[in-house]
Amino acid sequence: MSTSRPRPIGLLTATLALLRKDLLIEWRTRARLNAIIFFALATLLMFSFALGPDTKLLEKNAGGYFWLAILFASVLALGESFRVESENACMDGIRLAPADARAIFLSKALGNTLLLTALGVLLVPVMVALYGVRIVTSVVDLGLILLLGSLALSAPGTVYAAISSNARARDVLLPLLLFPLVIPALLSAAKATTLVLQGDPMRQFDSWAGLLGGFNLIYWGVGFLLFPRIIED
Amino acid sequence: MPPLSAAPALALHDVSKRYGRRWALARLTYALPAGRSLLLTGHNGSGKTTLLRLLATALNPTAGRVEVLGRDAVVERDAVRRDVALLSHASFLYEDLTAHQNLTVLARLLGLPSPADAASAELSRVGLDRRSDSPVRSFSAGMRKRLAIARLLLKAPSIALLDEPFGELDPAGIRDMEAIIAELKASGVTVILATHLIEQGLTLCEERLHLQEGRAVAA
Repeated sequence: MSTSRPRPIGLLTATLALLRKDLLIEWRTRARLNAIIFFALATLLMFSFALGPDTKLLEKNAGGYFWLAILFASVLALGESFRVESENACMDGIRLAPADARAIFLSKALGNTLLLTALGVLLVPVMVALYGVRIVTSVVDLGLILLLGSLALSAPGTVYAAISSNARARDVLLPLLLFPLVIPALLSAAKATTLVLQGDPMRQFDSWAGLLGGFNLIYWGVGFLLFPRIIED
Repeated sequence: MPPLSAAPALALHDVSKRYGRRWALARLTYALPAGRSLLLTGHNGSGKTTLLRLLATALNPTAGRVEVLGRDAVVERDAVRRDVALLSHASFLYEDLTAHQNLTVLARLLGLPSPADAASAELSRVGLDRRSDSPVRSFSAGMRKRLAIARLLLKAPSIALLDEPFGELDPAGIRDMEAIIAELKASGVTVILATHLIEQGLTLCEERLHLQEGRAVAA
């Protein structure tokens, strides 16, 4: 038997340990990453096929299509992040370790943010090639929106993925719960992305980025506070 | 807080647990003196697993109070969780990680000083050191059980909750498990064992609690 007695660890240490575990599982299987990449690429392609050769329309709405592709793919990523915890009741194993439930929330939400941000980075050149758009303002602005948008999908997404992970109809329940809630975030991210792609003469970018930041503050805070109640009996 | 050594290892005060309309445990009252080990017996569905999960704080009681080493299992949940370890029907193992990685993750969460070394030591202890770098997905049921025991040992608990520890083990594995349980007891760990192998259980435990439809009855 281990000679060292367990000692309580801090929130940050627990979060990093759990995030490291999630990234390790992702690295070993790459199942989630591969699935969301192909799904998001297919979504972008479908939009271009559905709208036909109207390049003006594609160009005008590229920001919206880009974020819809990320949103649809996020449902796969979020659901899968809790599927690994359901198998062999691993979530119970973590809870009883004991790990701080808030650390579980932070690690899952940060892991999902990393995954969605990476997906966005991969999708940008595809969007540029497919929709004939270019980055007019700055790459930094686009990177900022990508990060804020991914954070905004991940926090409420992690909460709802945890809630729906034990439900029988979890694949249906997660988008039903998530999509209405993230409409403000989706709208802000799409508008800000459109400004980056088409120019921002009225300097509206900061307002949309600010709205996205506010959304993040609220939902990361709510998730952090509520998650312990969600995963305990 | 009273000195923990004076408290019973576990105390159940009118404990009930309901799943939907079914009562898995009904007004169960029992105390296990410190330093004694307990054999839980009863038919399938009698409430053994529910009781172990309540003691592990995986579940909250619907009514009544559960105390583990003098601590309320609901109010002082984290402290209780540090003292107990559960060997469950579910292995708590990540299929895509190796045996060593599974234990290292837990060792980090436990705040052990050298997580990788602690993981290696427990893998040797249960005879899985040669398969430490194999993913759990490739393990047989018996090997998973051994790894789950290594996970429990890593926690160095004061109370070990063992739910059907002999299941899925071959005769050599059962002998090893008996030796591990004896070793746990010798090192002062309170063992609470639920099994259908009553003879084996009686040789390992001094106390016995027989459950029938969630109530304690004479064996």
